Amino acid sequence: MEICIRLEEVRRIYPMEAGDVYALNGVTLDIGVGEFVAIMGSSGSGKTTLLNQIGCLDQPTSGDLFIEGRNTRELSDFELTNLRRDAIGFIFQKFNLIPLLTAFENVEYPLILKTGARDTTGKPADLLKLVGLDGGHIHHTPNQLSGGQQQRVAIARALANNPRILLCDEPTGNLDSKTGQQIMDILTDLNGQGKTIVMVTHSDEIASFADRIITIRDGVIQ
Amino acid sequence: MTFELAKRNVRLHLFRSILAAIGIIIGVVAITSMGMLGGALERSVSDELMNMGNSIIITPAGPSIGDEKAGIDERDIRQIKLIAGRHPTIAFYNTYDQIKVGENRRYASVYGVDPGELPSITTLVSGRYVSGTEGVMIGQSLARQYDIKEGNFITIGIGSREQRLRVVGILENTGFSGGIQTDNAIVGSERWYESKYGGRGKYDQVVITVEDLDEIDRIKDQIDARLNRREDIVNIMDFRAMISSIQDAIGQISLFVMAIGGISLIVAAVSILNVMLISVNERIKEIGILRSIGTQKSDISKMFLYEATILGIIGSAVGGLMSLIGGGFLILLIMQDIKYLMTFNTVFTIFYGMCIGIVICIAAGVYPAHRAAQMNPIDALSND
Repeated sequence: MEICIRLEEVRRIYPMEAGDVYALNGVTLDIGVGEFVAIMGSSGSGKTTLLNQIGCLDQPTSGDLFIEGRNTRELSDFELTNLRRDAIGFIFQKFNLIPLLTAFENVEYPLILKTGARDTTGKPADLLKLVGLDGGHIHHTPNQLSGGQQQRVAIARALANNPRILLCDEPTGNLDSKTGQQIMDILTDLNGQGKTIVMVTHSDEIASFADRIITIRDGVIQ
Repeated sequence: MTFELAKRNVRLHLFRSILAAIGIIIGVVAITSMGMLGGALERSVSDELMNMGNSIIITPAGPSIGDEKAGIDERDIRQIKLIAGRHPTIAFYNTYDQIKVGENRRYASVYGVDPGELPSITTLVSGRYVSGTEGVMIGQSLARQYDIKEGNFITIGIGSREQRLRVVGILENTGFSGGIQTDNAIVGSERWYESKYGGRGKYDQVVITVEDLDEIDRIKDQIDARLNRREDIVNIMDFRAMISSIQDAIGQISLFVMAIGGISLIVAAVSILNVMLISVNERIKEIGILRSIGTQKSDISKMFLYEATILGIIGSAVGGLMSLIGGGFLILLIMQDIKYLMTFNTVFTIFYGMCIGIVICIAAGVYPAHRAAQMNPIDALSND
């Protein structure tokens, strides 16, 4: 299996007055291309820290992280930012849409970051349609949309630059079970199209959508 | 899109943005109005000084000794006129004497001028020019001070030399000029002056009005070479250096008052800094989102700098327009004349004031923008 994400003895240590906290303590992990992995664990176990490491939002204190074969330690902040823009899509529990922009513009924004120009291809509308949002809703700002609609926009935004990896942090955590089911159906479809998905969740039911479940406790994979 | 985000944030927090812009408006109005006043003053004084800027003044080099009056004689004047050529040249007598109007006494300049020359260097407000030895004319300021009209009498001289004379004409004020200063003076004919003060043919001053400023040095040099060949008979001076010094001094005063106005602009900058820091703090989460989806630090910086620039442009534009009113009011209040409001200088000052306003706003946005760009994405994302 071709490796998409590789962690080698990754540690993330937060220095505290009471002593160092090991959020991740020697994590070694391989995730293959097209795999759907669920990361489970109790609160404070280190699962979100692990997701942030994979998403290049943070750097390991020690150890190495490889994204599509590139060692993130050797990349500058500029290159890491471009990696996030091009290779990784984020889907958050609280949707994290930009409140000043409409649904359409939220999806368009990553495209503008890449091309430097407003979209003229209609791709944002296509992506929004793909996740089940069309009509007048696409010109609404996030506060005019329901939680389910916001998460659909977030998924469309994550897909804007056609990334190979989708990182989901409790994607259904703020949704009712029916909407959560619909979101998981979308993610399953995307995985079927070849996207590598790493998803943090508390829920066994949601985790059951994944090919592989990784459990983490006190910063160590069980 | 970063500019669009900045624009929308300004619109979203419209009241706060307006308050911040008001600070800039006040600052720009203060600095620009002061600058406009300084510019108008400079212009007004320049116009006043123009009259003497092109004058060459020739006075006797030696002092009067006893009854022997020092003066420039007819022969020297002929030489001067020869050198001056086409440039108008006038010679006149001048002294200082006591005048009495009713019970009021004061000292004033007294001129003795060829009546034929008077219409070319003065303008009448009322009455007529002097002729022969009959009567005198007085300047407008002096006439206003003692409420003198043509036909009234004034007394010139002290004790046995007192002479009662009819005022035949009032001369228009000319301001400060290089030649005859008639505003507060008595002007009589040469013949009257010679009969009262003596010294016939010994003129106190010769003034050449040079039409082309580049010729001043040539004429001065030639007069010096001709008249002061053996010994110094005359002093020759012009006012170019003095005018330049006065203009420099007014320029510095303008700069000083603009600096005082600038203090309000600094206060405005602090308010912009404060608004921008609040904006950064309110948008920490948004910064985290933008960073997580691949926005470079430089774009985050730009977003806040654009916001500061928008506030600066709006504040400075409104401030520039209001400066026309503020500056006009100041000019009217201090100079009692609005004619210097719409000059190149004042329009340039408005443009300059607006640029300073915008630059200060951008400068005030630099620190908040830098702070926003340096935020850790994870810390920013976890902010609620």
